Amino acid sequence: MLLFAVAIPLAAYVIVGLTRTRRVPTDTLNYGLGLAALLVVAHIAVRRFARYADPLLLPCAALLNGLGLVLIHRLDLVSPKAQRSDATLQLIWSTIGIALFIAVLAAVRDHRRLQRYTYTSMLLGLLLLAAPSLLPARFSEVNGARNWIRFAGFSIQPGEFAKILLVVFVAGFLVAKKDALALASRRFLGLDLPRGRDLGPVLVAWLVSIGLLVRGRDIGMSMLFFGFFIVMLYIATERLSWVFIGVLLFAGGTFAAYHLFAHVRERFEIWLHPFAYAKTTGYQLVQALYGFADGGLLGTGLGNGRPDLVPFAKSDFIIATVGEELGLTGLMAILLVYVVIVSRGMRAALSVRDSFGKLLAAGLAVSLALQVFVVVGGVTRLIPLTGITTPFLSYGGSSLVSNWAIIALLLKVSDAARRPIPARPSEGVGRP
Amino acid sequence: MNRPIRRVALACLVLFALLLANDNVIQFARAKSLRDHPGNTRTLFAQYDRKRGDIVAADGTILASSKPSNDSLKYVRTYTNGPLYAPITGFYSIIYGASGIEAAENSILAGTDDRLFIRQLSNLITGRTPQGGSVVLTIDPTLQQVAYAALKGRRGAVVAVQPSTGAILAMVTSPSYDPNLLASHDSAQVRAAWKSLTGDPAQPMLDRALEQTYPPGSTFKLVTAAAALSTGRYTPQTQIPAPNVLPYPNSTKSLTNFAGESCSSTGQTTLIQALTISCNTAFGELGQTLGADTLRKQAEAFGFDAAFSIPMKSATSVFPAQLDAAQTIQSAIGQYDVRATPLQMAMVAAAIANHGLLMRPYLVQQLVNPNLTILETTKPQSIRQAVSPQVAAELTQMMESVVTSGTGKTVQIPGVPIAGKTGTAENAPGQPPHAWFVAFAPATQPKIAVAVVIENGGGINDATGATVAGPVAKAVLQAALKESS
Repeated sequence: MLLFAVAIPLAAYVIVGLTRTRRVPTDTLNYGLGLAALLVVAHIAVRRFARYADPLLLPCAALLNGLGLVLIHRLDLVSPKAQRSDATLQLIWSTIGIALFIAVLAAVRDHRRLQRYTYTSMLLGLLLLAAPSLLPARFSEVNGARNWIRFAGFSIQPGEFAKILLVVFVAGFLVAKKDALALASRRFLGLDLPRGRDLGPVLVAWLVSIGLLVRGRDIGMSMLFFGFFIVMLYIATERLSWVFIGVLLFAGGTFAAYHLFAHVRERFEIWLHPFAYAKTTGYQLVQALYGFADGGLLGTGLGNGRPDLVPFAKSDFIIATVGEELGLTGLMAILLVYVVIVSRGMRAALSVRDSFGKLLAAGLAVSLALQVFVVVGGVTRLIPLTGITTPFLSYGGSSLVSNWAIIALLLKVSDAARRPIPARPSEGVGRP
Repeated sequence: MNRPIRRVALACLVLFALLLANDNVIQFARAKSLRDHPGNTRTLFAQYDRKRGDIVAADGTILASSKPSNDSLKYVRTYTNGPLYAPITGFYSIIYGASGIEAAENSILAGTDDRLFIRQLSNLITGRTPQGGSVVLTIDPTLQQVAYAALKGRRGAVVAVQPSTGAILAMVTSPSYDPNLLASHDSAQVRAAWKSLTGDPAQPMLDRALEQTYPPGSTFKLVTAAAALSTGRYTPQTQIPAPNVLPYPNSTKSLTNFAGESCSSTGQTTLIQALTISCNTAFGELGQTLGADTLRKQAEAFGFDAAFSIPMKSATSVFPAQLDAAQTIQSAIGQYDVRATPLQMAMVAAAIANHGLLMRPYLVQQLVNPNLTILETTKPQSIRQAVSPQVAAELTQMMESVVTSGTGKTVQIPGVPIAGKTGTAENAPGQPPHAWFVAFAPATQPKIAVAVVIENGGGINDATGATVAGPVAKAVLQAALKESS
């Protein structure tokens, strides 16, 4: 599997080289060996620290990461700032990502230990989310959204990391309060509602994080946070009422945001009438749509399209490059790789024996699925566009590194799930 | 907890299914309409990404080609001797689209034509960037240059046609413009050039040979004479009335000859003599006798009231409908609302030269595949027998007389019989008339027919068509004869 994960991006790299310069890039071997070495190390780490882990997760993530590198490299070639190589930077970030991946595998001996850090995670997560709002705009604002922390030439998107921390917190908190939530409830308007004090912290954290994101104008991230909070509440309580409440709140929130914020209204306008704004605010989306159309069934081929016509092609709109150059076929293949990752995460959630693991894996998998849905749906005009990265493919260190951490956690949970039941019952809350 | 997880997993699958379905809609179902969406510059960029085919003259001279460019578009369109060939090649601009052959043969030049399909299919498989095919024209660069030089920057046009085929050998308009200015990738520069060209009162971007109609004046007497001869009641020797003054029916005004000259002391003259000296009253009277319908029928047989695609579309030359007697008289000498393109008058001469058979005018000789094999060669097509060979011979005889002993003496070339007709067309009060000359040579075995118009180039009498437009026609005829000898 890993062999494929190296071979496919490498073949893609050679194709880009051939179409752009009619030569096999001289550094193919180096890149190939480098990528292979990274993955071999990652693989050894999995064998060492999570030997029963799901065998598909690492190759899938590696494949997406590798293809992302090739796509960014391909866009580098036509970028006006020809000297800058974002692909090299992204390669460094990949290395850091895999390093963190290994670190998480090694440090988190058992995922249940994370439960101890429930409140630490919450504090840290909220702090990360709050940081951009607290920092002066010059440290935090990029393209109109204040969701960055920038210092010393580096910029990180704290939301990406806060996402993991808050999933850990919600999972930990809900597991601790599970019994209280399931039993003690009040009926309200025909719905079973848990007591306020049982749910308070979660609701507060939820509202604060969404409030912070909304303040930072990060619509995509706030949708994502909203989504996984609701889903985790539903899983923990097994009550569909949460889904109804979620839908109602989402509708209400969207309605309010539409009327309160001009930039939200603008997104809706562009979504509904992109061609009316084709030369102004809708330029990016319209160019992406043209690109998708140019790609058609089979795509123009790597290096043959004009994905550089789409602004932010490397980050938020990398899916447009995939659609244009790899076509419908390539884009569907990539979406299916995400499906594999998400379903493997869900499988781990289903088969792991402890509640915390279930919530953690499901929460992470859902956040990944939602993220892909929000960005791909936005770029393909299924839903209004919100700036958010495509996991593993997009250019951007924070996203890449945090997604590797997610994969590491999912691997840990799947490792626990697939581990043969030891003779002596292990600590923790096993449930048959 | 597993039941909700299963449901959530299912919900995630539904989300992905939505993404997949939506992607199918965009990249498959709606792809074509998105590609054709107005404002989609990708089609344009795609055109600049591949090497567009050349536009080539009949002798292989490259008139327009795509050169590698060092900006965001891979190729830049380059015109050799742009102003000379501008009415033919047209321009190819990122902002203003294309004109001329660039527009008319775009699918071949861009390589998107279905006829290139097999080749493009193999390119698709091999991943090679497709190339456009070339267009080989009928244009003779020597004649084109001679004609352009002879106009000396005056406003006017020259069209030269091969009578036996209808192939256009030269098509010149003056003043002209340089299409390189519009082909630039610097959009500010292109916009500035466009603004100055379209704002120029001399209208350098107007193809006067093809798109502009002028009153044909006395050159139209060829049509009137053809109509008369075709009735069978006239021969060149038939005596027709040639009064000094021809009163318009139901009017106090009357038609006179240029500068009040007299055509004949007896008030009668032969048809051949009337054409030789370009007698207005004789042709006015003749037109009145024949009637507007007979004139119109003959004019339409020569191509009036129809547009031609050469493949650029020509303006329609007009013989007006619903004429009263006075208007018929004026129309018979190419005035009133009679309008003709220089191309049309060249076709009149060419049809007479080709035994009365009118050929479809064309500019494209061959379409060539990117691999230089021939895709298509134009076969000459006849439109109709405009006059009988007998009438054509009589008209030729009369036109020779114009050059040997009439208003067209300036076009004489020693040793070569030339058939010609002058014209001096009044267009607006107070403005000098347009000077015309149509001719073909050699009269016995015609190789070339030519029409020349010089706007406001005429003087006070009909002979000025010969002194102003005549030398231009002569230069072109001479160059053509020199080439063919």
